[in-house]
Amino acid sequence: MTQTHVFDVIIVGGGGAGLMAALNASRTAKTAVLSKLYPTRSHTGAAQGGVGAALGNLEEDHWEWHAFDTVKGSDYLGDQDAIDFMCQEAVQSVYDLEHAGLPFSRTPDGKIAQRPFGGHTNNVTKKPVRRAAYAADRTGHMILQTLYQQCIRNGINFYDEFQVLDLLLQDGVTAGVVAVELATGELHVFHAKAVVFATGGHGRMWDITSNAYAYTGDGVAVTLRRGIPAEDMEFFQFHPTGIYKLGILITEAVRGEGGVLFNDKGERFMERYAPSIKDLASRDVTSRAIYLEVKEGRGIQGKNYVYLDIRPETVNLYAEKDGRTNPDGSPYRVTAEEILAKIPDIADFCKTYLGVDPVKSPMPIQPTAHYAMGGIPTDKYGQVVVDAQNTILPGLYAAGECACVSVHGANRLGTNSLVDLIVFGKHAGLKAAEYANGADLPVVHGDPADFARQQIDRLMNGSGKEKAANLGRELRKVMSDDVGVFRTEEGLASAVEKVKELRERFKEVKVGDTSKIFNTELLNTWELGNLFDLALVTAVTALERKESRGAHAREDFPKRNDENWLKHSLAWMDGGQIRLDYKPVVITKYVPKERVY
Amino acid sequence: MEIRLRVFRFQPEKDQRPRYDVYTIETDPTERILDLLEHVRGDIDGSLAFRRSCAHGVCGSDAMRINGHNLLACKVLVKDLGTSEITVEPLLGLRVIKDLIVDMGPFLEHYKSVMPYFINDDIPADGKEFLQSPEQRARFDDTTKCIMCAACTTSCPSFWSNTEYVGPAAIVNAHRFIFDSRDTGAEKRLEVLNEQFGVWRCRTAFNCTEACPREIKITQAIAEVKQVLTSGKLE
Repeated sequence: MTQTHVFDVIIVGGGGAGLMAALNASRTAKTAVLSKLYPTRSHTGAAQGGVGAALGNLEEDHWEWHAFDTVKGSDYLGDQDAIDFMCQEAVQSVYDLEHAGLPFSRTPDGKIAQRPFGGHTNNVTKKPVRRAAYAADRTGHMILQTLYQQCIRNGINFYDEFQVLDLLLQDGVTAGVVAVELATGELHVFHAKAVVFATGGHGRMWDITSNAYAYTGDGVAVTLRRGIPAEDMEFFQFHPTGIYKLGILITEAVRGEGGVLFNDKGERFMERYAPSIKDLASRDVTSRAIYLEVKEGRGIQGKNYVYLDIRPETVNLYAEKDGRTNPDGSPYRVTAEEILAKIPDIADFCKTYLGVDPVKSPMPIQPTAHYAMGGIPTDKYGQVVVDAQNTILPGLYAAGECACVSVHGANRLGTNSLVDLIVFGKHAGLKAAEYANGADLPVVHGDPADFARQQIDRLMNGSGKEKAANLGRELRKVMSDDVGVFRTEEGLASAVEKVKELRERFKEVKVGDTSKIFNTELLNTWELGNLFDLALVTAVTALERKESRGAHAREDFPKRNDENWLKHSLAWMDGGQIRLDYKPVVITKYVPKERVY
Repeated sequence: MEIRLRVFRFQPEKDQRPRYDVYTIETDPTERILDLLEHVRGDIDGSLAFRRSCAHGVCGSDAMRINGHNLLACKVLVKDLGTSEITVEPLLGLRVIKDLIVDMGPFLEHYKSVMPYFINDDIPADGKEFLQSPEQRARFDDTTKCIMCAACTTSCPSFWSNTEYVGPAAIVNAHRFIFDSRDTGAEKRLEVLNEQFGVWRCRTAFNCTEACPREIKITQAIAEVKQVLTSGKLE
């Protein structure tokens, strides 16, 4: 039995971008949110350090500075019109969140508190600027909770624990989605005029990852299967500071508050890689520095990690050396209590998982897979565009990590993920409702649930020669070995072959659980299939891009090459083959130049 | 080390009543209980059902009873339990749907009943933020940490005896707004909490405070709400 529902706007995903879209779309259109998790379980809640906006609450700042920092951070691959739009809108969006009740930390005079973050600078002095508006080290949690609370207040329709398996298109126009209700195993068809994908990232294809289990790239995989390209998939961010072996994120705010990175010889090695901004260099730069320190034998005890030190004596020593001051000009000094008050959750993670108190011992850290810069191509209003000419697909929208606007280009600045989801989530929701109010509901020919059912049947009826869990382990190994912080032609070529082989072997997987109610094995196996598709696109686009830019670092092509590669990649999946095209980067006023921190 | 993992199993499509499956697993003492469950589902028995997502204690999906205590499976390491005998069971007081998955519906209804959202549409004239001192912000900091995992409510004897009681999690979320200097909805929330199945059902058993993986001082928060109701003064 397939149930049928009709809405104006369907939002797929209940994280920050999805809930922002829902709040905005539901003002004028009949809207529902479909989420495979209870919305408050979404990964937005794991974001820690802050949301960037040039409020200027503690010192001079301008949205134009935020925009330039973002362009530079993107290694000039970000589209400058969209970046300007985002940084300008960020200011009002943060006030909007505050008006919705978000409990930001406060300055002594009662304003929203702000802290420094990697790559965010005063454009005149080049020094770090306090731009990240924060709520302790749980800013994402507060955003997610605040948005969900407002959704409750506004009576938003939620379909919790519904996994979307397919996008319905009819004659090139969006017509809805098909989802499986996890509690019953039944398929549901949601007819809709507009669909907004807000399904998050896909960092679960790497071994060491900060990402939730849920981060399996569902939205990008579903749209790829329906002939929509994915943009800039070779760019995936490795955050420099994940907890050793576990990958759990240690926010950049630790360095914003004065934390310092050390190698085995006790050297503050970032001085060599980013002489001016040091430990607050942007994430790609810092991750590569750690990788190189480890490679040259200076990891702690020769192992593949370094120390992040936030002990007050360390912070104060280096704050003095750097001449760091408070907003009133007095020297920057901290106590253990002040540090713990600013990063309480980090302290909790360290104690729980490492048995380490961060104000007494340094934290062992290593780079961890963190954020997808690439995704479903959109314009700055969240409208999905499907080719190099930016042709709009009517009724389809994407926002947040699953989308590629592109504002992050080759490397996202810290805090800009939250900026992205509040700004573009809002506009995707507004645009989707506006479109739906002027469109007719498309009539879908044939059985709309056909393709979703085929996908389930294939997983239930495989030969069983292969085990999904084993294939998942092999995938994470090859992606970590060959499609990680540094890449080579040889490694990428072998990764492409390996992922192709794994995709073939995946056809032999059989889901053992035959039940309908909460068949989580079926769900997990379907998600793994998504990761295989996205891994193939990632490896192929990375192999093709013969330059180093942002998070994509090629040992064999160490320099950025603007002449040939100042362009976005677009990848289509035609059966098992990947087809590529490229489109120009939008450059308005910031001329590409070498990136030095 | 070798551990014996006993897991509560209930497969509604075939089981008349629950059973316990036992898995003998070779594991590292620093593994999370969640890692053990993932291992069982991935490599031994795919039909084992449980919820999880972030795997580091911030999303609230995987609250369950572990050796009799309400805990997040991702926030407890094998070595923390101090034994190689580990029993994992679903939360009490909510209907078991399958294995470790319980029906969160009633829990969410209680949450919604206290108006768990910011109420103040009178935004500042300059369009900027409501001003709030660090002290005013600190007043409700503790209760902003709630991740709605239900560990507290499902450890509460008052909730077990009558599930119409709104429960500690709902009160925590009401507290978060009642004591927020910017919010204007305290009176309405207090009205709800003063009803028959409101705050007075709390018998200060402290189970909730012990169960909270975010270390929220829940019993204290409940006492503060009671205090406001008794004195009629919001401080």
